[in-house]
Formats: sequence, structure tokens, C-alpha cells
Amino acid sequence: MEITLKINGAEKKLNVEPRTLLVHAIRDAGLTGTHIGCDSSSCGVCTVVLDGKTAVKSCTMFAVMAEGHEITTIEGMAQGGKLHPLQQAFHDQHGLQCGYCTPGMIMAAHVLLQHNPNPTEEEIRFGLSGNLCRCTGYQNIVKAVQQAAQMLQQPAGAAADD
Amino acid sequence: MAVQTTNLEPKGIQGLGKAIKRKEDSRFIVGKGNYLDDIKLPGMLYMALVHSPYAHAKILNIDASEALKIPGVKAVITAKDLAAAGLSWIPTLAGDKQMVLADGKVLYQYQEVAAVYAETRQAAADGAAAVQVEYEPLPVVVDPYKATAPDAPVLREDLKGQMTGAHGPRRHDNHIWTWDVGSKDETEKALAASEVRIKQHMVYPRSHPAPLEPCGCIGDMNPATGRLTVYMTTQAPHAIRTVLSLVTKIPENNIRVISPDIGGGFGNKVPVYPGYVCAIVGSIVLGAPVKWVETRTENLTTTGFARDFHMDIEIGATKDGKVTAMKVYTLADHGAFDAAADPSKYPAGLFSICTGSYDFQKAYAQVEAVYTNKAPGGVAYRCSFRVTEASYLIERSMDVLAHELKMDPAELRLKNFIQPQQFPYPSALGWTYDSGDYEKTLKVALERIGYAELRKEQAEKRARGELMGIGISTFTEIVGAGPSKDFDILGIKMFDGAEIRVHPSGSAIVRAGTRHQGQGHETTWAQIVSEELGLDVDKIIVEEGDTDTAPYGLGTYASRSTPTAGGAMALGARRIREKAKKIAAHLLEVGENDVEWVDKKFVVKGVPGKSVTMNEVAFAAYTNLPPGMEPGLETTYYYDPPNLTFPHGAYICVVDIDKGTGEVKVRRFVAIDDCGTIINPMIVEGQVHGGLTEGFAMAFMQEIAFDEQGNHLSSNFTDYLLPTALETPKWETGHTVTPSPHHPIGAKGVGESPTVGSPAAFVNAVVDALAHLGVRHIDMPITREKVWRILRQAGVDSF
Repeated sequence: MEITLKINGAEKKLNVEPRTLLVHAIRDAGLTGTHIGCDSSSCGVCTVVLDGKTAVKSCTMFAVMAEGHEITTIEGMAQGGKLHPLQQAFHDQHGLQCGYCTPGMIMAAHVLLQHNPNPTEEEIRFGLSGNLCRCTGYQNIVKAVQQAAQMLQQPAGAAADD
Repeated sequence: MAVQTTNLEPKGIQGLGKAIKRKEDSRFIVGKGNYLDDIKLPGMLYMALVHSPYAHAKILNIDASEALKIPGVKAVITAKDLAAAGLSWIPTLAGDKQMVLADGKVLYQYQEVAAVYAETRQAAADGAAAVQVEYEPLPVVVDPYKATAPDAPVLREDLKGQMTGAHGPRRHDNHIWTWDVGSKDETEKALAASEVRIKQHMVYPRSHPAPLEPCGCIGDMNPATGRLTVYMTTQAPHAIRTVLSLVTKIPENNIRVISPDIGGGFGNKVPVYPGYVCAIVGSIVLGAPVKWVETRTENLTTTGFARDFHMDIEIGATKDGKVTAMKVYTLADHGAFDAAADPSKYPAGLFSICTGSYDFQKAYAQVEAVYTNKAPGGVAYRCSFRVTEASYLIERSMDVLAHELKMDPAELRLKNFIQPQQFPYPSALGWTYDSGDYEKTLKVALERIGYAELRKEQAEKRARGELMGIGISTFTEIVGAGPSKDFDILGIKMFDGAEIRVHPSGSAIVRAGTRHQGQGHETTWAQIVSEELGLDVDKIIVEEGDTDTAPYGLGTYASRSTPTAGGAMALGARRIREKAKKIAAHLLEVGENDVEWVDKKFVVKGVPGKSVTMNEVAFAAYTNLPPGMEPGLETTYYYDPPNLTFPHGAYICVVDIDKGTGEVKVRRFVAIDDCGTIINPMIVEGQVHGGLTEGFAMAFMQEIAFDEQGNHLSSNFTDYLLPTALETPKWETGHTVTPSPHHPIGAKGVGESPTVGSPAAFVNAVVDALAHLGVRHIDMPITREKVWRILRQAGVDSF
């Protein structure tokens, strides 16, 4: 069936089966930054943002259910050649190694910081507990989210340079 | 032309010891990594596998007719079809062979039975579900101790009655090999004469590396050229190319293996799996590219298990705590095929590092491997070939001995460490340790955690009925395989290569036979070259993973990249510098002997103002050469290390245990590592964080379990538990630096130390918290339920 998904502000017409998962539709649309890591909605590497405010594991939704919603993926985070503070912070704090969980982790953190702009370490760890990472031991991911929280609270243009 | 870019690369000359941020991050943080499943080729087909529901059964019939009716399904193959191509069985790295698709019978649950090829991922899955297989169940062997019982069912009928295998005599149809090292008689004599002896049985349970990216492969045979391109999630692309050539008889020049970005490996992505073979065969037969990406269930049930060592140890000591001898017997459960990923001459890997950091005069170790109805594997999961098992064994046992002697475990260790002046140290089981300062490292850790205060606190708490424990692990690893005189895989010597090409403008491309999976080689290799050649790190591109371009090498696992390819990188750069010096002399119009390399520049001796940079030399290498010199500035260097390296560390863990629930909380964990020279402290710390987390996972959560029928009980992430950010402790890291005397830059490798060293620290801490209740040992994973049962049995009140 034909559906139209709005991903990162661009409308994409897709031909999918009713059972096609959102994550497969996103990836088939050429946006491969959203990954697949398990069959049981446990790992969170497919996390995307729905309507700018809800983090969703895109393997838990059918593509057809996402029609009419705005989807943001990792590819939609950097704007005008400038990285999102979370992307910058993951780099600065060595918050990634193999990079496979990173897009999902950044999207989950993005929503976490919208709901709680100044989270404690415990709140960050709880907020990201649906996203697995096998490389970093999470410590530098937590630091990255803390740095991003600070950057986002600074007035525009005053963000720390690399 | 200005290109809009979010590139974040660090700039300038950045040599050893600099915590520069990673070059490879730029693509990963914007979702532009290129992992296997991101690759889409024109006309590509998809493959799905049919798996066995039984752990041991005869296959009576396979009926693919319904599957072939599904729109989009192109073909279904079984062992019979593979047999026609001579590919129904493939050799394993351990000298055994394994079925690609079940040949007559299945030997473990989820074993691959048929492969379905289709135009879409969905059609392939539908096709696999529609294949009808008729089975006749057979009796199952799950417990390795029962595998060699006289009446045990024969699992490997292909080997029935063959009483010699790849590693010597077999004593039963389900027995694979017996391997031993050391002097049994002398060890037994020394044990008998010892004032104190401890015996302990312990199990290192079956585990799985479970990288977040599953394994996958795209076979792409070009019918026009006869050239096979294989995209594969592999940690060892060159070894795979050679093995593929040997198995398929396709000339090696007609095979190109590309290992794209890898989403974590941890040893899971070293072996060749049936899915890979079927994707390649499918492409050859169907004349189109075929992609196979395993599901998480396939990953956990069929590929790359690790550990499953069942160990008995005996240690002798004097009354005042000086160790005299150790004897070890291990039963290794290898599953249905011996597909362990070890250097060929070492069927039990480097398990003989089990004397650890201690000066044992006598030791003997014996390992026996058996077949059971479980998936094959025995991969080195973030571990240099069974070193994790060995390290856990000795570090756990030292605490058992300390308990027996009523001695502080730190004091017992300090009393028995190999001393700095003993290096190079010949161990009782045949290794020559390169360097170490164990006492210093432990003392740094004791100081950092405040050991004496913690012991006081523990005594006070115990008096109040509260449960707190302190666990120490002072491990020694053995990594960097290896010297090619001893180490090979299927005969291929375990050296590694580096290629460095300096361009006229002073930039460079660097390639290695290793393949990173998150370790940061794109940054650390550039740092080594920047250090040795004085080139800007942002002008050095590092490339790995394409066998058409990279120099030969055995790949990345067993913490071997820095000890091998890192050495090749440094020595290759130095070879380039020798030529560069001649060109510098030409440019400076002095004799070569009048030029020296100072502060990453060529300087005329005694005339500090007169110098040329490597950038200037590079330009001259293509524009203004001394007469008669070969143009260009590049080299390929193959480095065969003279010895392995022996990183070590001292880890201390503090736990508090909830009396009511049995929940163990890791309050603190101090990890002091000594990996020799540090290339990038930020990356080393990151490796330690990750490795500690996997050690924590093994100690408390991860286990691949089976029921009595051989049903796999850990086949997804809701049953096979990985730690999340919430339960993962906060790590406190630090270093001592004892360079390796034989490595070109003194580096030893670090990626696996924390996984190898930490499990014993966690378990020692828990046992220490419960020792006054008579607890001497608890097998991993230490779940709440296990602790809760111990507490209730000991009559401890819940509140």
C-alpha cells in the first residue's frame, strides 16, 4: 500500500506492506542512521522521535501507523551544517565507540532533555535505560547528555566550541 | 571550493599520549556510518534460514514446495544442494568440521536446516516459515559431564569410531581432545608436600558477546567476471578471504572481502557462520547479490558462544601464605562442532596463563573438550583465547586460599606477586612475561579506594548485621598473538601489516590488516604515524577492512591490534623516516649524517635554525629527489612480534547486599590498568569502561542457559540480560605504565583487560560479603535469587 511519511521535514512516498515496521520503512527510504539490533524492542537502536516530543522504538510501530506524524531521525538533528548539541557532546565526551547505538541513544536523550532540561545523573541513567550500549559502559554517554543539557541552556550562539 | 561539513577532526601533530577526540566520530554521530545492513546492491535478494526446533533429531524429510509457491521466493536450498558444490560441511578453525545446513540430523536447537532466497526480506521470512521439516527426536546431551558416559548417545556420527582427532587421541565418541601443560608429577608432589591446600570447583558459564549489530553478509558474485565480492561483518577480513578461497576453490585474487563499519564484535564476528556460506552460495547459484542479516535470536542461539569452562583447581601453599603449586582440570563444553576460535596449536587457547600474577614454582593444567547438543563456538569474547577463564580461575582461587589461611586477600597477593626484577619472567606453564609491576599497581588501587578504611567499615557493618564486601582482582593478561613461530590460524602466521603512503602535500593514507569495531583505530593509528612522522593527524586517513587495498593481517581480536598492527605502523613509519632523512639532507644540502630528527623535524646538527619539516620532505619526494633515488614516500611493513605482551591491572570492587532481596549493589569499582605505553588516554579509558561493563554483565546477568531437552533459554534480550545505564556502576579508572620492552612503542593492548580482570573482583566482593555465613564460592551469574537463597538458608533475617 502507498503511504506518505514525513521524515525530517521531507515527505516520502513509500510502498509498504501493512505489516512493514516503521524502522524498515525509514531504512528503506534511504535513512540508514536508524538501526536494528533485536527482535524484541529491547535494545533501542531504532529509537526515533515522533511529533517532536515522543521517543519511539520504531520497531514497535507499523509504518502505516506513522502516517500523519512528524518523524525525526538522527539525520534530522544537525541543522545547516551545525551539529545538534547532543551530537557535539557525544563526540566531545567519547560517548560512542562502534557507533551502532549512537543514533538511538541521541534521539532518546533528545526527548529526555525536552522533558527534563536539567536532569541528574540518576535521571539520565533512568531515561536512557531503554537503550542498550555494549561498548561504552554508559559513563561517557551520561557525561555527554550532561554537557548537551548545559549547551542547550546557554543562550544561542554561546555554545562551547570544540 | 568550500564544502559544508560537520567534520570534527582534531588538528595538527598529535602524537602518543594525547587524548584527542576520535576522527571516526564524524560519520557516526550524524547517522552516516556504513554498516552491513545499510548496503543495498542493485537486484539484491534476501535470505532467511529455517531452524531446528529440536536439540537432537534425525531429519526425515524437508518439503519446500509451499515455500516456493510464495510470491517473490526464488529458491530453497538444503544440505543436499550444498553437497553438490562440496560445501555441505566446512572446516572449523579448531581442526574440526561443521555442517553448513543440517546434513541428515540436527545437533542443537536452532541449527540451520534450509536457506530461502527471495526478492524481499518479508518474502524470505515467509518462505522460511513455510518450509516443512519432519524430525525424529533423539536423546539429548546437555550436561558436559554426562557427554562421555558409556551410554551417552553418539552426537557426531560422522566421527563415530574415529579415536584420533585434530588434537590427539579421543577416548569417547563425544570426546574431542585432551590438552595439558606443565609437569603433573612434580606438581602433585609439591601439592602433597604443601602445608595448606585448597580445592575449588567453579564454572565460567556459557555467555554470548551479543554486539548490538548482529552478524550479516552479502555475497555478490559477478557472473561476467567470476569475481566474488563478500561484504561481511568480520573482524578478520584477510583470514576470511583465504579461508573462502580454500573452501570454495575460487582463486584468492577473485575474492574481495569488505568488512564495512562494524557495530561491535567482541569476538562474535571472528568465525565463519553457516549464514555467510549460504549467502555466498546463493549469490553464486542465483547470479545476484544475496543479503543475510541474522535476527537477534539467530545471533544468540547459533553464533559465537563463549566460555562454558567447568574448572577444578587445587592450590598448595605454606602456612604463612606463600603459594607452592597449582593443578587445574577443566572440562570444556564445545557444543556440537569444535569451532573454537583459537590459534591452531592451542586448542584451549592461552588458558595456561592461569598461574596469573603469582610466582608459582610448579603447575599443571589439563583441559578436556566434549561435544554436547549446543551451538558451536568457543569464541574469544573480549578475551585473548580463554584468558578470561584462566584469570577468573586464579583470581577467584586466591580469595579462596586467603579465606582458608584467614589472611587478607590483598596481603596474600602482595606476598606472591612476581617481582619487577624477575622480568622477563618464565612462568611454570611456559610463557615469558615481558614486564610488569604488580605490587605498584595494587598499591595504587588500595590507596585510591581507601582499602584500610573500607575493611574497618566492613567490620563495623558486619557487627551490625549488614552485608558489605570487598573484592580484589590483580590479573595478568597475555595478548597480541603473536609471534609467528608459535601462533597461526589454519597455518596462516599471526603477524600483521601496515601500509603508509605519504602524499606530496604532506597528507597520508594509512591502511592496516586489522579491522576496528569501535576501538578507535582511525584515531590511534593516525596518532602513531603523527608521532613518528610529524604529520598532522587531520591529514592522515586510516582505512581498514577491504582486502583489495589493505595489507594482509589477521584482524582485530584478542587485544592484538596495538601489539601487532600498532608495531607495524610505528616501524613502517620509521622506515619512511629513514628515506625522508636522505631527502632532508638533500634539501638542506648537508650529508645524511649531519641531519637529525628533533621535535618532529629534520634539523642540521648544531644548527637548530636550519631544518625541514616532513611536509617539505614529502613534496620533495615527488618533485626534487636526490639523484638516483626511487621516487615516492611510502612503505608496507609486516610486523611479527618477538613475544606476546602481558598487560596487568588491579581492580577493587565494593558491594553492599540487601539482606531482604539479595540485591547486590556495586558501590565502588576502582580499576588501575597497566597496558604499557598509552596512545590515547581517552580511548583507553573508554575501552576500560566498556570492558568493565561486560565483566559486570557476566558476573551478575549474562548466561546462555538450556533446559534438559536442550531448549535454549536465552534466545533474546528479554531472557539474555544485558546491563542498561541504570544498573551499570560508575567506574573509577587509573593507570600505571610499565612499557613492553619489546614492542616498538612499548604498548601492550587494553581492550580486553577489564573484561578479563573484573569478573573475579565482583564475585570476590560478593563472597567476601557473605564469607562469615560460611560461603566460599558462588558461580556466575550472581543473580538476586542465588543470593536470596543463600541468605535464607543461612538463616539471615530479611530486615
